[in-house]
Amino acid sequence: MTLTTPVSTGAVASSHRTGEGPGRRRKGGVPFFMVVPAALVFGLFALLPLAGVVGLSFMEWDGLGTPTWAGLSQWAGVLSNPVTLDAMRLTVVFVVVSFVFQAPISLLLGVFMAGRQRNRALLAVLSFLPLVFSSAAVGIAFKALLDPNFGLSSVLPTGWLGGNLLGDPDRALYIVIFVVGWSFVPFHALLYQAGVRQIPAALYEAATLDGATTFQLFRFVTIPQLRYTIITSSTLMLVGSLTYFDLIFVLTGGGPGSATRILPLDMYLTGFRSYTMGAASAIGVILAAVGLAMSLLLNRLSGSGRMESQQAGL
Amino acid sequence: MRRKVNVLGGLAAWLWLAITVVPIYYIVVTSLRKQSAYFAEGPLSIPSAPTLDAYRLVFENEFVRYFANSLIVTLASVLVTLIVSLMASYYLVRSTTPGAARMLRLFLLGLAIPIQATIIPVYYMIVKLGLYDSLPALILPSIAFSIPISVLIIVNFLRDIPGELFESMRVDGATDWRILRSLALPLTRPALMTVGVYVGLNVWNSFLFPLILTQSSSVRVLPLSLWTYQGQFAVNVPAVLAAVTLSAVPVLAAYVVGRRQLVSGLTAGFGK
Repeated sequence: MTLTTPVSTGAVASSHRTGEGPGRRRKGGVPFFMVVPAALVFGLFALLPLAGVVGLSFMEWDGLGTPTWAGLSQWAGVLSNPVTLDAMRLTVVFVVVSFVFQAPISLLLGVFMAGRQRNRALLAVLSFLPLVFSSAAVGIAFKALLDPNFGLSSVLPTGWLGGNLLGDPDRALYIVIFVVGWSFVPFHALLYQAGVRQIPAALYEAATLDGATTFQLFRFVTIPQLRYTIITSSTLMLVGSLTYFDLIFVLTGGGPGSATRILPLDMYLTGFRSYTMGAASAIGVILAAVGLAMSLLLNRLSGSGRMESQQAGL
Repeated sequence: MRRKVNVLGGLAAWLWLAITVVPIYYIVVTSLRKQSAYFAEGPLSIPSAPTLDAYRLVFENEFVRYFANSLIVTLASVLVTLIVSLMASYYLVRSTTPGAARMLRLFLLGLAIPIQATIIPVYYMIVKLGLYDSLPALILPSIAFSIPISVLIIVNFLRDIPGELFESMRVDGATDWRILRSLALPLTRPALMTVGVYVGLNVWNSFLFPLILTQSSSVRVLPLSLWTYQGQFAVNVPAVLAAVTLSAVPVLAAYVVGRRQLVSGLTAGFGK
């Protein structure tokens, strides 16, 4: 059997036993059916919902009956709803402050853990510990810890850190940002630790021979060499906090009032509490669009070859 | 040559360590208190009369069932993800048709899709498929959202295997299944372990899918059970924190047993 051009997938699949020419084998001689199960599940439960959420944002649906066409009314409603507009503002604050809080700590901690200090093993084990808790567990634990009557407030100084931290609309969002940081810094520190370990020791030796100080080593060797790690970690941090749900849902439920109601929570509450799935889908579309745009932008920054090979950066 | 001590990093590291450890200490000591002692003693004091009452209460309230559900969902998701991703990666790396390259890009696009944004259509589909409130309702979407990262990691590994190895097996008359089993599988084992750890942890900890796609306590998984314990035990904070502690034990055990694998699993695919 001879393969004709253009190569149809069916022809490839049926030819894999009979096509004998070695050259032809190399050209697409792998059976297509190998990719089918993954493509099917991924397409059905990830790609199709992505299209579906766009469709549902033009529908009216209470979550039980049948969705009916509603045109742009859901979008008009969402974009004029003060709660959702405030959720967008809160989300920007949440994403930016989370990043400013987590990134430097993760970098310093990771660089430190990769060094040769005494006690490093102990430090690495202990700082890993938050990773063994699920987000739900972290949310519940901190809710108890920050309880105004029986929690840490009896130990903490009064003033900005005193009183009912989670019940105060002015401070709740920053407390949430702190707890999210507590939970996620260890993961990013691990990324940086892994990144630092791949920096050739010769670079440090050369710089040291040239008389570089510790700070100069950090600034002119470590930071530039960690370029890809910084971009990867930042992408995960920014896109991650954009879509952050579990921990805040458990910790504050979006409250007090709507002080911590960031977009993913707003979407959940709009959809599964108020049963307006169309409006919730419109919020979902906004989330997906911003998330995709941020990923693509950061990926562009990292160079287009990034996805092609892990070796690209070396 | 020894690197110089990083003073700035060190200070931040030790300060952060204190912040890390205090809440964990609090969780554990509080779970060992009597309910009455919780109201009387300071939050960070050593329990005056440590007790396992809270743990007994949690076990009497279906903890083992939730644990088993989590285990089933996680194992099924990881196993299927590994098999279908390895097969797909084999095609995506070895096929030279333009369609394969486009398909790889489509899979990688999935890395940027926020799960939250798609939850409403997923809910709709699961209801329509008659899977609502069942374990498969959790397994199928978990696999779908695990495939992009798995394919990325496995493809990167398969690419580094010289094409001659595949060709020579072919010439010897091996089928694709045989090549997959005897060549691709052993050589990508580190990648598969990494994917297994990473996907396993994500599925084990997942909260949103169970919250939206299940309802009955018979299909409840561990993270969601923590939330329901919180309502159930209302003022019994030691019991809630005992459940939190217990929920961390499996991951902690995995860390103790396979520390190297777990850490590389968490960082692989994202490293430089």
